[in-house]
Amino acid sequence: MTGILTATLTVLLLALIFGALLGYAAVRFHVEGDPLVERIDALLPQTQCGQCGHPGCHPYAEAIAAGEAFNRCPPGGAATVQALADLLGQAPQPLDDPAGIAGSVRVARIREDECIGCTKCIQACPVDAILGAAKFMHTVIESECTGCDLCVEPCPVDCIDMVTLEPTLDSWHWTAPEVLIASDKDRGEAA
Amino acid sequence: MQLPGRFPGGIHPPAHKERSTQQPIRQLPLPEALILPLRQHIGSLAVPCVAVGDHVLKGQCIATVNGRSGVPIHAPTSGRIDALFDHPVPHPSGLSEPCIRLVPDGRDCWTDCQGFEDYRSLTTFQLLERLHDAGIAGLGGAGFPTANKLRTGVESTIHTLILNGAECEPYISADDMLMRERAKAVADGADILAFITRPQRVLIAIEDDKPEAIAAMHAVCSERDIQVVTLPARYPSGGERQLIQLLTGREVPSGGRPADIGVICQNVATAAAVERAIRHGEPLISRIVTITGDRVANPGNVEVLLGTPFSHLLKHTGLSGQADRLICGGPLMGFTLPSTDIPVIKTSACLIAASEAELPTPPPARACIRCGYCADACPASLLPQQLFWFANAGEWDKAEAFNLFDCIECGACAYVCPSHIPLVQHYRHAKGEIRALRQEKTKADQARQRFEAHQERMQREQEEQEARRRARAEALAQRSTAAQIATDDKAAKAAAVRAAVERQQKRTATDEATVKRKQLANAEERLKELKSTLAEVDADSDPRRHTRLLDSIARQEARIASLRAAVESPSTDAERHD
Repeated sequence: MTGILTATLTVLLLALIFGALLGYAAVRFHVEGDPLVERIDALLPQTQCGQCGHPGCHPYAEAIAAGEAFNRCPPGGAATVQALADLLGQAPQPLDDPAGIAGSVRVARIREDECIGCTKCIQACPVDAILGAAKFMHTVIESECTGCDLCVEPCPVDCIDMVTLEPTLDSWHWTAPEVLIASDKDRGEAA
Repeated sequence: MQLPGRFPGGIHPPAHKERSTQQPIRQLPLPEALILPLRQHIGSLAVPCVAVGDHVLKGQCIATVNGRSGVPIHAPTSGRIDALFDHPVPHPSGLSEPCIRLVPDGRDCWTDCQGFEDYRSLTTFQLLERLHDAGIAGLGGAGFPTANKLRTGVESTIHTLILNGAECEPYISADDMLMRERAKAVADGADILAFITRPQRVLIAIEDDKPEAIAAMHAVCSERDIQVVTLPARYPSGGERQLIQLLTGREVPSGGRPADIGVICQNVATAAAVERAIRHGEPLISRIVTITGDRVANPGNVEVLLGTPFSHLLKHTGLSGQADRLICGGPLMGFTLPSTDIPVIKTSACLIAASEAELPTPPPARACIRCGYCADACPASLLPQQLFWFANAGEWDKAEAFNLFDCIECGACAYVCPSHIPLVQHYRHAKGEIRALRQEKTKADQARQRFEAHQERMQREQEEQEARRRARAEALAQRSTAAQIATDDKAAKAAAVRAAVERQQKRTATDEATVKRKQLANAEERLKELKSTLAEVDADSDPRRHTRLLDSIARQEARIASLRAAVESPSTDAERHD
C-alpha cells in the first residue's frame, strides 16, 4: 500500500515540476508571430512582381505558410522551389511559369527621349527604383531594379523595355563541366 | 638551408621550361596597334582620362581609378588614341570589356619621368602613392594592386618579406629569365619593398630547377640583407599560401591574409617593376612573357608592351603549323584563348601554342572510383573527392562546409585523377554559383528593405491623406452647423414676423368688427329715431316728408342688414388678408 502511495505521489510531484517548467518556458520563450513566414520570405527573390497573385513577396510567404502552392514564383526559378520544398519538407513541384521568364536576369530600361514625365511608372515601382519628377524625364536605377515588370503596363507611351542583362566579367562564372562519361562518348558525338 | 615547413600534397609535372630559357629576353618591334583593357588587375574598371584623337606620350596616364580598388593604366608607347571600344580580354569567359586602342607613332617618346635614386628620403605613404600611380599590380598572376597589398603590410607588423621566384608551373620561365638577367633590379626592388614594410628578414624563394637564377640572385644578394632560399621543385610551391607555409612553417588562416601572420609575399617581377617605378619613375607598361609550346618555332621570353595582341607575339616568334591549343598562363592554371587578337595584360605571364600531342584534349571523364589520389595531391589539405560530389550534386552549403573557398584551383587533383574528372572546373563552377547566390541574396535583402520602406511610405501617405480628409470633413461639418444655426435664426425671425402679421391682422379684424358693430348700433338707433319721427309725421299733411322718411328707413334697414352680415362673419375678412 505504501509503495503505491509513494509511486503516485512521486509521479504527481514530477508532473507538477515538469508542468511548471513547461509553463515557464511557454512564457519565457514565447515567439511572436509565425517564424515560418519570415523563413519563407527570406527564400523568395523579393522582386515584388506579384506573378504569384499576391501583392508582394511577404504576402506570398504568408500564403505559402497557410498552405498555398509554393511553385508560383517564376523569378525565383527552380532553385527557389527546391529551397522552399526543403524548408517545408515537401516534394518539389515543377515551376509554374506560364510566361517562361525563369532564369533570365532582366531590368527595366526607359527610352528616355520618349518619356513624357507622367510619373505613372514611379508610382507602380514596388522598390522605388525609378527616379524622376512630373514633366521631367524618368530613369531606372538599374542596380535596384528587380525586373518585376510592374512599370511596363502603366506607361502611357510604352517607352519602358524589359532588357535581359548580358553577363559581364563581374557576373560571369564558370559553367559546370559537361557530364559525359567515357562510355557515353560515342553516343555524345553521334548526337 | 633546411626549410622550416612543408605543405601537404603537390605534384611533379614535367617542367618543359628548358626550351624557353635558351635565349636571352628579346624585345619586339612595335605592333600596329595596342589594345589596352581598362581592367588589368583585381578591382573595378579604370576610367579613361584621354579622348579619341588625343596624342599621348609613352608612360602617360591614360586611365585613372576612382577610389583605391584598382590601378591606373599608362600608354606603353607614344601615339594616338584611336578608339575606346569593347574588345575581348584575356579571360576564360572570352567576354569583351572596354579597351583603349592606341596606334603607335613609332617615335616611342617618353613623357617626363621623375625617378628617386634616394627613395629613403620619401615617406612610406609617398612611396605607396607612387607605386599606385605607376599602375603596379601583382605580376605573378592574380593582379592584386601592389600598393594595396603593401598597405596591409604597413598597417600590421611584418616579420618576413618573401619574394616569390618559385615559378613552379610548367612551361613558364619569365621570372627565371628575369632573375638571370636583371637580378640587380629584383634585389633593388626587394630593398624598396623592405623599406616600405620594414620586415625583420627578406627572403627570395627559388625552386632548385633554376640554378642560373639562384646563382645570379646569390651574386647580387651576398652584400645585402636578403637571403636566397632554394626550394625543392614541387608544384604548387609558388602558390602564396604554400610558399609561406614552406618558408615559415605557419599556415595563413582560412579566409585570412598573409599579413595576418606577419608575412608579405611579392612576385620577383613585381619587385623589378617597383624598382623601375621608384628609381626611374617609369610606370608599368611592359612585362616579360614566355612564348612556348610545340608550335612555336622560336620559343623564348620576350619583353612585351602591355596591350600587344598575342598574334603579334606569335608572328615574331614564328608559328610552325597551326596551333591546336592556345593557352594563356600555364597548362595547369591557364585558360584556352578563343582567338589571337586578345592583348597581353599585366597578369599574362605565358602563352603556349601547343600541339595536340603535347597538351591533348582531356579525355571524357569517367566515374569517380574513390581512389583518394586527389586528397593526397591537394596542397590545401582539402577533400577534393567530397567537394566534387557536393559540387556535382549542387549541394553548395555542404561544399562550403568542406572549405571549398580554401581551394586555390591549382589543378593538382585533376592532374592526378585517373578518371580524368575536370575537378577544378567543378570547383570553379560551385564557387561561381555560391558567389552568385550570395550576390542574389544581398540584392534580395536590399529589394526587401526598399519594398518595406516603400510600403511604409505608402501607408504613411495614405494615413496622412486620410487625416487630411478627416480634417476637411470635420471642418465641413462645423461650417454646416454654423449655417444651421444661421438658418434657424432666419426661420425664427420669419415666424415672429408671421406671428406679428397674424396678430396685427387679428387686431385689425377685431377693430373692424367693433366699428361695424358700433355702426350697426348707431344704424339701429337711427332707424328707431326715424320710425318714431315717421309715427309723428302725418302722411297726408306732409307727404313729401313722409316719403323721405320712408326712403331713409329703407336705406337704414339695408345698411343694418349689410352691417349685421359683416359682423356675423368676421373670419371671411381675416381670410382675405392671408
